[in-house]
Amino acid sequence: MVFYLFAAIAVVSSALVIGQRNPIYSVLLLIASFGAISGLYVQLDAPFLAVIQIIVYAGAIMVLFLYVVMLLNAPREDAAEWDRLHPVRHPNAARFGAVLATLLVVQLGWALSRTLGVREAVGARADATVVSSVRALGRTLFTDYLFAFEATSILILVAMVGAVFLARREVDQR
Amino acid sequence: MIPITIAQLAIIGFAFFMLLNSAAIMVYVERKVCAFLQQRVGPTLTGPAGLLQPLADIVKLIFKEELRPKAADAFLFTLAPCIAAVAAFAAFATVPFGAETTFFGLLDQPVGLHVSDVNVAVLVVFAVSSMGVYGIVLAGWASNSKYSLLGALRSSAQMISYELSYGMALASVILVAGSLSLRDIVDGQAGAWFGFLPRWYVFIQPLAFLIYMIAGIAETNRAPFDFPEAEQELVAGYHTEYSSMRFAMFFMAEYINMVTVSAVATDLFLGGWHGPLIPVQFGWVWFLLKVGFLLFVYVWIRWTLPRIRYDQLMQFGWKWLLPAAVLNVIATAAGILYFGA
Repeated sequence: MVFYLFAAIAVVSSALVIGQRNPIYSVLLLIASFGAISGLYVQLDAPFLAVIQIIVYAGAIMVLFLYVVMLLNAPREDAAEWDRLHPVRHPNAARFGAVLATLLVVQLGWALSRTLGVREAVGARADATVVSSVRALGRTLFTDYLFAFEATSILILVAMVGAVFLARREVDQR
Repeated sequence: MIPITIAQLAIIGFAFFMLLNSAAIMVYVERKVCAFLQQRVGPTLTGPAGLLQPLADIVKLIFKEELRPKAADAFLFTLAPCIAAVAAFAAFATVPFGAETTFFGLLDQPVGLHVSDVNVAVLVVFAVSSMGVYGIVLAGWASNSKYSLLGALRSSAQMISYELSYGMALASVILVAGSLSLRDIVDGQAGAWFGFLPRWYVFIQPLAFLIYMIAGIAETNRAPFDFPEAEQELVAGYHTEYSSMRFAMFFMAEYINMVTVSAVATDLFLGGWHGPLIPVQFGWVWFLLKVGFLLFVYVWIRWTLPRIRYDQLMQFGWKWLLPAAVLNVIATAAGILYFGA
């Protein structure tokens, strides 16, 4: 019951994200969606993941999103914007989007068709609840998946350095 | 079974009621302490020693006119104070404030004095209180006023900057305690060293305590870090356009956030409900005393220190506080590796 509530909130708010004229509302709906997904994590007996979801996505990343949207001050997509993105006059964007959408549907279908097997595999594992323990999670992250973990942090560091470099203002140039 | 449920509901209701009242009490304390520090008397006319002043304030706020700028975003303008108040209340939900008790044998089995006990309580408090920034940011944007927007932008920049140091200070305590549950952390501080020094983490982690309190003051936008509402520059910051109860909700959220930061600091560093002389059944007396003391320090700091400059705030946050917090975490981790947990 609670699952369907959270799932419904997540799906509906995610769908509404792309239906908003005002990007601020899109950001807020995305936060609502993250909140519902975090509720699902709690249901899956993974409170640590749920809280991390809130801290990282809803608490940190979305604040930056909101910040950027507010600073750009784009309350609604105006006529010029609409003209630039008109699907008939400028079909390339729509074509690209259609390819991506088809890919997504195919992927989803493939993933869903494998769900049954996954469920059996998860059910077979007796230590499935181990995930909820922070200690076990940390141990796994820093032993079995150490390479992926470190590679991801280096990736983020590179992106950060790149962003700082791009945003740097040339002081001595006129 | 049923008495337990009733007791828990009663505790939840009581916690809510006391949080609500704490805002009113803090208004009175703030006025009185401020007056004392400025060699004035403070409110005296409303009730004995001005004790009914918060009531008068509340009545005034309720009966004032609700104003909304014409160009404001109606929905978000109303939503923003709700988010701020809800986040403030919700953050207290996982903070335990007393040992397990049977209420003098009234119940068959003991019940803990907390709204809910989660095994990742520290992180829940951190996550929910970080939601409060949305209330401020949305208020600033939805008001459609330049003062509000500037106040909101300052506030979110400040909160993001200080949240890192705040989290690092939490991390070093978690390392020492070896648990993310606030109840376990408090119980780890029972007893005393050498028979007289309470086994509080503030004595192991004095730097973390200092960082936590500084970042906590910045998180709650209190002086000397009250840039979001710097009167001389921004009229009133993000709540410039708010009046009546909508304004009161921001006001309340600020005070409740102060109470939450003080309560978490008490649980993490000052041994929660453990202390000398008072038996653990009455530990909530110690808890209230400690929270009250921290709140007094809050008010004391506000009326003693002048507001620092914005660039000083950012420099201090990123160049001093955060490196100190990170070094503290590394030193703590090394110490635990060397001496054993």
